[in-house]
Amino acid sequence: MTQTHTQKPLVELRDISISFGGIRAVDHVSLDLYPGEVVGLLGHNGAGKSTLIKILSGAYQRDGGEIWIDGKKAEISSPRDARDYNIETIYQTLALADNLDAPSNLFLGRELTNSIGFVDDARMESETRKIMARLNPNFKKLKEPVSALSGGQRQSVAIARAVYFNARILIMDEPTAALGVHETQMVADLIQELKKQGLGIFLISHDTREMMELCDRVSVMKNGQLVGTERVEDVTEDDILSMIIMGKKPETAAAH
Amino acid sequence: MTDNTANTPAATAPHRPTGLFARFIQATELDTRLLGMIGALALIWVGFHLYGQLAHGFGAFLTPRNLWNLSVQTASIGIMATGMVLVIVTRHIDLSVGSVLGFCAMIMGVTQVYILPQLIGLGHPLLWILAICSGLLVGTMVGALHGFLIAYGKIPAFIVTLGGLLVWRGAAFLVARGETISPVDPTFALLGGGPYGAIGATGSWIIGAIGCAAVLGMMWLGRKRRRGFGFPMRPVWAETFLAIAGCGAVIGAVLLVNAYYWPKGIVRRHVAETGITVPEGGLFISHGFAIPVLILVAVAILMTILMSRTRFGRYVYAIGGNPEAAELAGINTRWMTVKIFALMGFLTGLSAVVASARLGSATNSLGTLDELYVIAAAVIGGTSLAGGVGTIYGAVLGAFVMQSLQTGMVLIGFDAAIQQVVVGSVLVFAVFLDILYRRNSK
Repeated sequence: MTQTHTQKPLVELRDISISFGGIRAVDHVSLDLYPGEVVGLLGHNGAGKSTLIKILSGAYQRDGGEIWIDGKKAEISSPRDARDYNIETIYQTLALADNLDAPSNLFLGRELTNSIGFVDDARMESETRKIMARLNPNFKKLKEPVSALSGGQRQSVAIARAVYFNARILIMDEPTAALGVHETQMVADLIQELKKQGLGIFLISHDTREMMELCDRVSVMKNGQLVGTERVEDVTEDDILSMIIMGKKPETAAAH
Repeated sequence: MTDNTANTPAATAPHRPTGLFARFIQATELDTRLLGMIGALALIWVGFHLYGQLAHGFGAFLTPRNLWNLSVQTASIGIMATGMVLVIVTRHIDLSVGSVLGFCAMIMGVTQVYILPQLIGLGHPLLWILAICSGLLVGTMVGALHGFLIAYGKIPAFIVTLGGLLVWRGAAFLVARGETISPVDPTFALLGGGPYGAIGATGSWIIGAIGCAAVLGMMWLGRKRRRGFGFPMRPVWAETFLAIAGCGAVIGAVLLVNAYYWPKGIVRRHVAETGITVPEGGLFISHGFAIPVLILVAVAILMTILMSRTRFGRYVYAIGGNPEAAELAGINTRWMTVKIFALMGFLTGLSAVVASARLGSATNSLGTLDELYVIAAAVIGGTSLAGGVGTIYGAVLGAFVMQSLQTGMVLIGFDAAIQQVVVGSVLVFAVFLDILYRRNSK
């Protein structure tokens, strides 16, 4: 199915494996992602989706396999390495420091500094205002610790952090889990916009219908293994569900 | 989820009364915790003074002499408390600071009394500086070792520093087989305070002028920045109030320390040594700010800058708030732990300078139980043991509260046993108040 792409892949995960205490959380999984494409990762809890993308984002160290970015082999052994490859991640847990305010969280690890090396809070606040005006115009609580924010507001801080730094590869782990209908739509619009800008996006969600709408391709995992990857126009929602539950490829794919 | 409704002032602060005080707090942007602590400190001071007046017919607390001594006694604990804030904010603890202080003091004692005089000669002008460097270096290295064991050995800080509490106290004994080492270098001794270890009236006014200029300059800069980014400004009356309060506090402190004169005996000796003529009505020489107090102020300012204006400080809070998030944000949390404990060790070494200079000698028991006072000072000052929350000024104020209680009880004649009971109870009570405050402010 990759013949349809004329460009070279942005990311290739080749034969990735990782074990925790004898349990193979990810078992020889290969995935690829092209610029301007959204690839969905589906599967039950514990299927290995989050673990797989945490390897790409540098949070976990793989036991085996290779990561290729832009056709070159990449060494990602820490979150900082991943950032150097313009990989940004929105974690399921959001990974916010609850005691800090939104600007501090947005720039955490990449603070803006002035000429003498002090953090420039005013400029960070001003930048946060700008990006928030685009992502979530209702967001006004810039000075309060993010623990005082609602679930949706916290989510928009995490999204803003990933979007602000010109990501080329975006990983979104359940970005809409804590959101209401209106905000979920905002995230969907954002994904479309980022896609147009040529970003590659890995999206994890449990909502099969949402995935069918947002993704170009979906990959299904079960028990750490990749069941299969399908173009969304080639399969129905039921096919995907049976892949998730049975761990088998649908008939349509077998017929090819 | 309620983005649209949550941004009106009424929704963000539903409990806040709309009275005069609330408007004052909002306009000045003062920390209510800070006001509460200053209020508590004032209450302790006035309380001890009145008790002395009623029970003994003489209130000794609110006198220039006592307050000056109080400031000197606070210096050692206060310096260490600023470092303990970082340790506790990152969800660790350091039980070893008292012992490390004793160890550093012994190292400096041996360096300046036994080692350096043989190398560069007794009374060499560099002697005191080299002695201090040895103490700071040893303190930093001990702290870094603790940090390394905690971060890379994954041993809990409680255990590492509990071990350190015993190890370094023992090591302090072993340095000189338990001898008391004295006398310290005369210049070194000035760092402990006393009539000679204070900067006098003129020096204090200069410091005061710099302090006032700094207060006004910072407010002016802040206003300029806010205007530059179009952020809301404080009303002019609030700015004026803050300027007067800030400068008033500085000038008040100068007047206070200048109102405490040298004791008669020392003046007499000074007159005999220098041969100056004594004016009619007697010669009054002001102490001015004590050098250890200036060290504490300098440490507090630098540490505040470190915590609020640098990446390092931001990472300390981030690690305390959510260690996993800090790690995922690319912060090297383990190396940060080493640096934090090394800084704690450095400040402990500095405290050892002040403590042993004040004593005029080095003994292996110096700093015994200091760890408890330092932790108490940080916690009373609002540092949360759950991590993520704490301020430098809070810890320094906390150190003042602890020392005020101690001094006050001595002045009104409580015996040591009652002092311990009171200090311990106050610690627990202060933390309880803090929990209530946080619950209500949510």
